[in-house]
Amino acid sequence: MQKQSVFHSKFLPYLLVLPQLAVVLVFFYWPAAQAVIQSFLLQDAFGLSTTFVWFENYQDLLSDPDYFSTIVRTFLFSVAIALSSLSLALLLAVMADRPLRGSTFYRTLLIWPYAVAPPVVGVLWVFMLNPSLGVIAHGLRNLGVDWNPLLDGNQAATLIILAAAWKQISYNFLFFLAGLQAIPSSVIEAAAIDGARPMRRFWTIIFPLLSPTIFFLIVVNIVYAFFDTFGIIDTMTRGGPAKATETLVYKVYSDGLLGGNLGSSAAQSVILMGIVIALTAFQFRFVERKVNY
Amino acid sequence: MVEHRKFGNLLPHLILWTGVLIVAFPVYIAFVASTQDNATIANGQMSLLPGGHFLETYYKTLFVGTSGTTREPVGTMLFNSFVMAMLIAVGKIAISLISAYAIVYFRFPFRMTIFWLIFITLMLPVEVRIYPTYKIVADLNLLDSYAGLTLPLIASATATLLFRQFFMTVPDELLEASRIDGAGPFRFFWDTLLPLSRTNMAALFVILFILGWNQYLWPLLITTRDDMQTIQIGIRKMIVTSDALTEWPVVMATAVLAMLPPVAVVVLMQKLFVRGLVETEK
Amino acid sequence: MANVVLRNVRKTYPGGFEAIKGVDFEVGDGQFCVLVGPSGCGKSTLLRMVAGLETVTAGEIDIGGRVVNQVEPADRDIAMVFQNYALYPHMSVYNNMAYGLRNRGMAKPEIDARVQEAARILELGAMLDRKPRQLSGGQRQRVAMGRAIVRQPKVFLFDEPLSNLDAKLRVAMRVEIRKLQRRLATTAIYVTHDQLEAMTLADILVVMNAGQVEQIGSPLEIYAKPATTFVASFIGAPPMNLMPLDAEGVRARFGGAATEAGILGVRPEDLVIAREPATGGGLTLDLTVEAIERVGPETFIYGTRSRHGDLTAISSKPGELPPDDIIVRVPGQDAPAIGDRMFATALPQHLHLFSAAGRRIEVQG
Repeated sequence: MQKQSVFHSKFLPYLLVLPQLAVVLVFFYWPAAQAVIQSFLLQDAFGLSTTFVWFENYQDLLSDPDYFSTIVRTFLFSVAIALSSLSLALLLAVMADRPLRGSTFYRTLLIWPYAVAPPVVGVLWVFMLNPSLGVIAHGLRNLGVDWNPLLDGNQAATLIILAAAWKQISYNFLFFLAGLQAIPSSVIEAAAIDGARPMRRFWTIIFPLLSPTIFFLIVVNIVYAFFDTFGIIDTMTRGGPAKATETLVYKVYSDGLLGGNLGSSAAQSVILMGIVIALTAFQFRFVERKVNY
Repeated sequence: MVEHRKFGNLLPHLILWTGVLIVAFPVYIAFVASTQDNATIANGQMSLLPGGHFLETYYKTLFVGTSGTTREPVGTMLFNSFVMAMLIAVGKIAISLISAYAIVYFRFPFRMTIFWLIFITLMLPVEVRIYPTYKIVADLNLLDSYAGLTLPLIASATATLLFRQFFMTVPDELLEASRIDGAGPFRFFWDTLLPLSRTNMAALFVILFILGWNQYLWPLLITTRDDMQTIQIGIRKMIVTSDALTEWPVVMATAVLAMLPPVAVVVLMQKLFVRGLVETEK
Repeated sequence: MANVVLRNVRKTYPGGFEAIKGVDFEVGDGQFCVLVGPSGCGKSTLLRMVAGLETVTAGEIDIGGRVVNQVEPADRDIAMVFQNYALYPHMSVYNNMAYGLRNRGMAKPEIDARVQEAARILELGAMLDRKPRQLSGGQRQRVAMGRAIVRQPKVFLFDEPLSNLDAKLRVAMRVEIRKLQRRLATTAIYVTHDQLEAMTLADILVVMNAGQVEQIGSPLEIYAKPATTFVASFIGAPPMNLMPLDAEGVRARFGGAATEAGILGVRPEDLVIAREPATGGGLTLDLTVEAIERVGPETFIYGTRSRHGDLTAISSKPGELPPDDIIVRVPGQDAPAIGDRMFATALPQHLHLFSAAGRRIEVQG
């Protein structure tokens, strides 16, 4: 797709793209290239000499059981966050997508957590579930649960998943609602005339027509769980206890903070890049399909 | 549609109210905590109703700061967050607007190369290039500066794509009519394209402001001086690992203050917000 | 005030597509020229070349004695009315009209005077503060006209300006445009695919097809003596009946020593229903009535020729209808019943003869 009529100028267009291009080259491509190059180098303990080691950093990384379990953990987190947040959001959206009194009111009350920053989300939840003074922790203790996420890795992971899913409800709700409202009411009316009851209508008509939105949201939620949970983890658990809540992004950060192996840190970044590229490619493939649908 | 339900709309209302409660509960607790005194909370005796320390806590939070962990009052942090969010939002919109204009309304060598260079940055979020980017910013002497906080985040493939898409829908005849009316590239941009992009710019601004306000990882790395901290960084530093030292009312007041601007933007500019969110994800 | 001359103008797109294959014509000062043709014939491209919105591949475009091939649209002293009006949606009616004048650095009082004058002429006075979206289709159209006339250009260019209006408004605006152009005595070039608009507006009519000019002339000339079968079927509604005629038929009917087959044309309005076959040199068609359309003042009768006589089929496909289908246009509402047989006759002077390739052959009546 191109414009038929355009302006003609030799230098102006370059001048116009210059700011963006400069930022992109200096702060995006240059560091990314650095990371790729670093990932093939090995630095000695004193940082005095570097040697080119091909894929050794990657081999070390992937054979490290620690890194492997971080990968698995990150994927489990993503699935748990996406599933819980998406299903609750879908339920709410289906309920809100009918002529109800006050449906705009509900919408307003459901979408604002989108604007809450991940570290703040972490702080809110860490406070409620703080073993000694949290409101919910109290309730759990009264129910006989031995609640101590500071020591129990699984409880810490649950805490992270809860907080992360909570924040994402509003985003998913909004897109589900938009998706539902885009389904022409005549289709649903036709199904009703064809004798489909509400539940059946949902599973045979609405859900399939909503599938592009669902696919899209799955990708977005995975990206969110990979990257945006950093602030939540950092304020709630800092990856602990005993790395039970350390995700790939958190590991890159904390390994780098310790100032350890530059090559390994770079290799981790490159692997993350690969994951983002794969997810983005997947999303775009799917966007193409959305157009056809 | 005529639909006979046993309990009418009771169930949907019930479910939606539950949803609203789930979403609002943590924030309510934060607010309540910020109005009570530290000792009560530390004892685990927190009431579920607001206490009487509202003014005291917020005054302390905004203008004094916590006693131990962070020396700066939250007022400074709010200011830093605001500057950063504005610079990111306005900067992203400005440079994306003009690059999209060049890409759509001009033909020049390497046009598509440049477009792809911008586009591919979608796949390079700051998380995957933190330390090399940190090194460049350090080398450029930009640590602990607003430029260092914002410049590396200011490129925007999303905004560029959005404006490009919007420009493509502007009828060619408008450009032609402008040319016949004697308008050159600057005039056309300023007199016609910019006013037409207003809604898109506003919607995008809402999203980008929230995005900028909520930045965390980057400011965490780039700011070391207390007076350059954003509120998101400040709040993290207030939580001390041993519970006894954490001043929870102040922390919760900070959380409320950190939420207030972006949440207000979402609630007050709901239409623009929804539009911006849906548009940027297309 | 200016004339517009096109000399062997060509347009080839980068892909190699030849949109305009060499066009010559001249529009005299103050004349109203209409470019008419089916969609895709290149008429809009040609207009946009005159405006300077498309580059000219070869040939010359001359406005008021100046070759403007390389001149920017803003400097050609033309004004254009677009099909979708292309009003600036964010500007008031007033500013839409004033914008081009401001860009030229005209003094404020002068701009105001011109805009007010245009608003008076177009009866837009009450709407100057409104935005385009607050206007009806017809009002928007008038604003687009206003934007053109405030400029007082040498040439008005119209690109199907009425095609977005409903039928009733289209007729009213057509009359208005013509009155306005007469009054301002500004040269105008007007593109349309509507032959009725073309006939009613034009001083000079340019009929185009597939990037070429088929015929240039006054509307009535073109109606009376269409140069090709394309023009014959494009100008006039319903279109001219065209029937293949073998060589012998041509000779028998038109005399001379014709050796080639041809195409016989007769306009629906030149046919008369008769009880008896015509005598003399006239044409007689023996028809079975297939369909009847009564539109009030006149009636269209669609018939199939049941007996070919000298009108035998040849291998060409003139006209829009199958060669055996004939339209007869009669005044009033009387018509035979469907299925009836009838004769339709035409006088010799109403017959048109074309070569098999579709070019007009002049015959001495």
